[in-house]
Amino acid sequence: MLASAANEPEPFHPPSIAEFFPQVFLFMEPTVAWLGSEEPIFGINRIMLIRILAALAIILIFVLGTRKMKLVPTRGQSIVELGLGFVRDGIVYDLLGEKDGRRFLPIITTIFFMVLAMNITGIIPFLNIAGTSVIGVPLVLAIVSYIAFIYAGVKKHPGAFFKNSLFPSGVPWPLYIIVTPIEFVSTFVLRPVTLTLRLMMNLFVGHLLLVLFFAATHFFFFSAGGLFTLFGVGTLAFGFAFTVFEILVAVLQAYVFAILTTVYIQLALAEEH
Amino acid sequence: MLTTPLFLAEEAGETAQNPLLPAPYDIIWSSVIFVVLLLVFWKVVLPRVQALLDERAAAIEGGIKKAEEAQAEAAAALESYNTQLAEARAEAARIKDQARADAARIEADLKARANEEAERITAQAHQRIEAERQAAFSSLKTEVGSLALDLSEKVVGESMDDARSAAIVERFLADLEREGANR
Repeated sequence: MLASAANEPEPFHPPSIAEFFPQVFLFMEPTVAWLGSEEPIFGINRIMLIRILAALAIILIFVLGTRKMKLVPTRGQSIVELGLGFVRDGIVYDLLGEKDGRRFLPIITTIFFMVLAMNITGIIPFLNIAGTSVIGVPLVLAIVSYIAFIYAGVKKHPGAFFKNSLFPSGVPWPLYIIVTPIEFVSTFVLRPVTLTLRLMMNLFVGHLLLVLFFAATHFFFFSAGGLFTLFGVGTLAFGFAFTVFEILVAVLQAYVFAILTTVYIQLALAEEH
Repeated sequence: MLTTPLFLAEEAGETAQNPLLPAPYDIIWSSVIFVVLLLVFWKVVLPRVQALLDERAAAIEGGIKKAEEAQAEAAAALESYNTQLAEARAEAARIKDQARADAARIEADLKARANEEAERITAQAHQRIEAERQAAFSSLKTEVGSLALDLSEKVVGESMDDARSAAIVERFLADLEREGANR
């Protein structure tokens, strides 16, 4: 309806799922049979490129930022130390303590900054899409988190981890008929699924909303004209507000992903479940 | 109607993609990026930060230790000054006591010597007085004897022979002496 209503040269461009699957332009060969079609194994499209850029930005900031560290920090070093210190003291050491925390610090730091950098590309001009809005990164990081907490549990309580997780102590044995399936689903199925979907859907929907607002603004200003321009002012204001909101979502989701991974590890390390 | 945009979009893209199904390159590149970032944080960034934190902690601890050492040094110096002061005071007291004792000894010495001297002088004086008394006595004895004889000769009017006169004088003097002793 909207598309047909536009009799100007420029029709309304609605947000579409195809934006998350742009054309692969590099390494189209080799391909592999995947879910009923041939897909390039190492294909690079716009979103992969954005992720690589985000990763390069992280490497640049942190490798250069920690190159010549001084006891009394300079301004730049303070910012880098603040970021790393937030993850170290605010998330990892706070929940795991310093002894266990030191082992898992690299993984959780990587998760936090990788998610943050790839979230923030959603509002950076010309990139305009979050690297985490396509399922690959959330899924890979959820699997990392999954492996990390199971590894932590099995290493700490060899042989007893799965028993502790599935058969919580202090429960009368007939209740295990109900409790054990619930524990299994919530711990070993829902955790990775919710980690993946929470991150991906937040950024996915955030992108769709921003596209919707700015595409509508464009349409109202340049295609519809007249009184519709007033609608355009409204949609532009919403677009602006949601851009600011997306910054919050980017930081918040990175924090949530990192802290949930840490909490899962903490629960696995705990003596009793 | 709601799905129209998505269908339209499908024509632009290759095929209808389910956003929940990852493409192989999506997984591969996500994994590669994760591994690279993990290695960067694990092997480069975090060890550097840890080294810095350790260094900073050491610097702070070193500062505290240095301050403690300085304090201990100051306390030791104070202690040694106090000891020296106490020693000096004891030394002074000892010297004073010594001086007092010396003074007492010297005074006693002097007093003893003075007493001795005084005694000696007194004894000498006594001796001299005695000697002079003896001399006076013997000269007096002779003079009084001859005087008395002269007088008695004049009274009697006749000379007495020497032997007789000598016996008279002797007797007189003995009487005189006895009287002197009785008195």
